[in-house]
Amino acid sequence: MLDRAATGTAAKDEPTRRVHFRGAGFVPASSRYGGWIALGFVIAIWQAAGSAGLVNALFLPTPSAIVRAIYQLAVSGALWQHVSASLLRIGVGWLLGTAAGIAVGFAIGLSRLARSVGITFISALFPIPKIALLPLLILWLGIGEEPKIATIALGVFFSTAISVYSGVDAVPRNLIRMAQSFNVPFATIVRKVIWPGALPAILAGFRITASVALLLVVSAEMIGAQYGIGAFVLQAGNLMQTDQLLAGVVILSVFGLVVGKVIGWLEMRLLHWR
Amino acid sequence: MDLIASHITHRFGDLAVLDDVSFTVGAGEVVAIVGPSGCGKSTLLSILGGLLQPTSGAPELRGAPPADSLNPLTFVFQDFALLPWATVEENVEFPLLHTKLSAAQRRALVEDALRRTGLTDFRQTYPKQLSGGMRQRVGISRALAVRPAILLMDEPLSALDSQTRELLLEDFIRLLADGGMGAVYVTHNLEEAARLADRIVVLSRRPGRIREVVPVPMTRAERGKAAAREKLLALQNQIWSLIRNEAIDAEREVQHA
Repeated sequence: MLDRAATGTAAKDEPTRRVHFRGAGFVPASSRYGGWIALGFVIAIWQAAGSAGLVNALFLPTPSAIVRAIYQLAVSGALWQHVSASLLRIGVGWLLGTAAGIAVGFAIGLSRLARSVGITFISALFPIPKIALLPLLILWLGIGEEPKIATIALGVFFSTAISVYSGVDAVPRNLIRMAQSFNVPFATIVRKVIWPGALPAILAGFRITASVALLLVVSAEMIGAQYGIGAFVLQAGNLMQTDQLLAGVVILSVFGLVVGKVIGWLEMRLLHWR
Repeated sequence: MDLIASHITHRFGDLAVLDDVSFTVGAGEVVAIVGPSGCGKSTLLSILGGLLQPTSGAPELRGAPPADSLNPLTFVFQDFALLPWATVEENVEFPLLHTKLSAAQRRALVEDALRRTGLTDFRQTYPKQLSGGMRQRVGISRALAVRPAILLMDEPLSALDSQTRELLLEDFIRLLADGGMGAVYVTHNLEEAARLADRIVVLSRRPGRIREVVPVPMTRAERGKAAAREKLLALQNQIWSLIRNEAIDAEREVQHA
């Protein structure tokens, strides 16, 4: 007689048992409304605590007070004055920095000379917090809009240049060789292979540079500006107008969200092939 | 137009890859290159197609290419090398964009190439939506669009499963049937070599030298018939016996890099 326990053989009439499922978890899927419900819940508690007098309105005004502050700012026209001043600085600075960053990033990605020179300079200058250059830029450019725009442009430039040349480097070499094997000229390879191949990295870089630009505009406006969201938040703080202060913060947050959505939309339009 | 490998020798740094390889591909001829892995087959093809500069020796052409040929030496790549952001149609049109052809002429060439590879209904799809076999058909379609004299095929089926491989092999046999196009076909698969090639160049282990050039004494049409099966198998065995020991050595070798 065989020893079943030792050999692991089973009689046909033995009861079966199920193989235990052990593949659960590690696939977090976000539910559609979960985040919004949680956000609404937190705001509701915040509002309730404020209304019940549990929180001092000077330190943390209620959401409704913040909304009221935003409404008053909008009605008085001050909102637009501050927002437009900031938008102008961000817009011009970001465009300048992005255009220069793309040009330099492509040069580094495509030319040996530009790479050896460019990477050295970028490595040396990228880590400098660009806001530290504002006083110098004021000295050079005067006290108008220029130093603020230049600070933003510089901050955007380095990030863009880095993400563009990494994007160019990441274009599969086999596609370039394929194009060469069909005698496709250099300019067409750049336009039809390298540009679309680098575009995902470039757009991902836009997300970073948008937040860099926002950070720098607020910092620059806090250091020296009459108008702009940064200046407004600082003044509100000095006057202990916390509802105004938080109104400014909410506007910044909305601005960040909108920019994120616009980039997301761009990615959908331009990178639908992924 | 003939393509001639003339004393091609190549080294990557200290590593000798190819040693004095010479052979000729005549007009409309299909030459397969086989050999143990790492023997420099793909390197040789890159050199023949002008994508890699050999250490010494050179690829040469003799005679004029066909008048309508836009790219006499045209590659078909192992990894297909399709532009992922371009549709099937745009991928096939890509090598025509920089030529002097009018839009209508380009369209006609693309149309013809798509039809010959059975892709007409897939013109608007993107590479990632296609199976591996269909992707390689796009690669072949793109090659046909430029009217090549000689196709340079670098393991074109080795990224595909065996059933797809068989289907595409049949496509190749059909496309090469009329002798209007020659091919250099690099493969490690001896069956593909035996079924497609007029001659099989057997390379030795690295540094690759020509060990033997084996003619396949049958037309491609004959090879499809049951009677030819034995002969093809015998041929494959003959080649395998040439490279088997070296293939074992190659497999056991520790990589340098």
